[in-house]
Amino acid sequence: MSIIEVPLHAIAHGRAGDKGNRANVSIIAFNPDAFGLLAEQVTEEKVLNIFRHRGASGVTRYELPNLNAFNFVIDDALEGGVNASLNVDGHGKTLSFLLLGELILLVPKDYLPTGSPYL
Amino acid sequence: MSKVFIGCGAGFSGDRFDAAGPVVDTLATRDGERFLIFEVLAERTLAIAQRLRMADPEAGYSPYLDYYIEPILKNAKENKIRIVSNLGAANPVSAAKRVHAIANELGIKNLRVGVVLGDDLLGVYSADTVRELPTMEGISVGDRDIIAANVYLGARPIAEALALDVDVVLVGRSTDAALTLGPLIHVHGWAEDDWDRLAQGTIAGHLLECGGQVTGAYFADPGFKDVPNLAEVGFPIAEIEANGDIVITKADNTGGLVSKATVTEQILYEMHDPGNYLTPDVTLDVMNVELEDDGPNRVRLTGAKGKPPPATLKVTVSVDGGWLGEGEITYAGPNALARAELAASVVKRRSQILGIQEPLRVDIIGTGAVHDNDMSAKRMRKNFPQNGEYRVRAAIRSVDHKTAQRISDEVQSLYCSGPAAGGGVRQYVSHQVSTASVLIAPEKVMPNVYVQEISS
Repeated sequence: MSIIEVPLHAIAHGRAGDKGNRANVSIIAFNPDAFGLLAEQVTEEKVLNIFRHRGASGVTRYELPNLNAFNFVIDDALEGGVNASLNVDGHGKTLSFLLLGELILLVPKDYLPTGSPYL
Repeated sequence: MSKVFIGCGAGFSGDRFDAAGPVVDTLATRDGERFLIFEVLAERTLAIAQRLRMADPEAGYSPYLDYYIEPILKNAKENKIRIVSNLGAANPVSAAKRVHAIANELGIKNLRVGVVLGDDLLGVYSADTVRELPTMEGISVGDRDIIAANVYLGARPIAEALALDVDVVLVGRSTDAALTLGPLIHVHGWAEDDWDRLAQGTIAGHLLECGGQVTGAYFADPGFKDVPNLAEVGFPIAEIEANGDIVITKADNTGGLVSKATVTEQILYEMHDPGNYLTPDVTLDVMNVELEDDGPNRVRLTGAKGKPPPATLKVTVSVDGGWLGEGEITYAGPNALARAELAASVVKRRSQILGIQEPLRVDIIGTGAVHDNDMSAKRMRKNFPQNGEYRVRAAIRSVDHKTAQRISDEVQSLYCSGPAAGGGVRQYVSHQVSTASVLIAPEKVMPNVYVQEISS
């Protein structure tokens, strides 16, 4: 099976939400078979590294195998959130795509949806 | 026991005004108890409404009430579709009177409207009492002027209001999920400790409360997650049985998509610990939720578990947040990035020359600015094409309007006094509300909560 290097966006989707200065980002596998691979490669540490430049101080990962999903809760990721942020997106609604774009995975080609632009 | 159908007509203040039409048309063809909810009250929206009420005691309900209610009120009344909404905002009584006035204008007879009151803590306690409540998250209230302090009520008062046999229930602050759980408690008679059914009703509410976010909107990613006819996305309808089983679907003859993927994104939206989602009615655990396809645009949801709610209720306290000043200008074509960078450095230097103390952020939009930090650290490490199209954005927060306006004006002055060929200046200076979440014991709140029918 051939392995390719792709961003998380190639095999998963997600949505970001905010509460105060804490963000949450869901990560959901397109293909249920990819759940184990995501569990191995999308670690709390890697996620924290992607948000560290914004002041993130900690990440908690929750696993929901029934839903082929993970929920990442990222502390202090929102530069103060809507109360204080100078970011054009104070809610951090765009941050799901920061994680989907910057987290790079090694993935068997079969896990990508047919016709994926990453193939 | 009959199935309950609950549709959603708005997921935030400012959502599409015509989305509810197809939801009502669809509910009219269904057999069972039917409800339409509108969720229009974000944390800050209530503070803005409270400011309107301070200026005019008859105001303070959602300024969009007419836009949402007028188009569907007649059809809803004729088809016995009851409306439950937080359009009441800071003044549910005035909102109820306005709904009666709309009914009169439309020739609707015998409309009955109920309200839930008691979420407004400033109606009962002094600002100093509110200041002493322990902070859970957000800013520290300190000695700042409090604009609004409202407790998140649960579903029971909404169920009590429906028991008055009204056609419309208007509330101020309640949990968004309560707009759905209230009707379910009213029809299905779920007991206060029927935790798993209350959990199913709460997840149904959580899925409905953002409108199109569960039916393909806020989901579409062309080539990866395609959604048909997003411009006419159908708003959601949940069908909930007495045992708590849920089917999520959407209005007939509309665009959008209901799939396991759209539902999963919304289950986890704004959720932290998925095993402990706190509401005043139940602590929701979605860790073992199962989704099943149930035909086109229909997803069945089972398996939410419930536990007793926390011992305290959450209160949002809103205080004056000062002013946010922003200004934007675009550079395009050859060497655009260098001109944008020069413009950014000019604004920063001007801020120093003017002696402005507040932190200033200057982004270059087109370089991943929204994902960057206040220092543009990521942009500094990466190379972007020199030629292209870049937009410079400066932003500052100040307690003082003049400072916010000044930074916005400094961007405007780049028209004549900045690098070559800057264009398309936009300026925004807006009054902000800051919020804190604090906790209060239910026994300090619930004795003041009551329901009432408001006649025209």
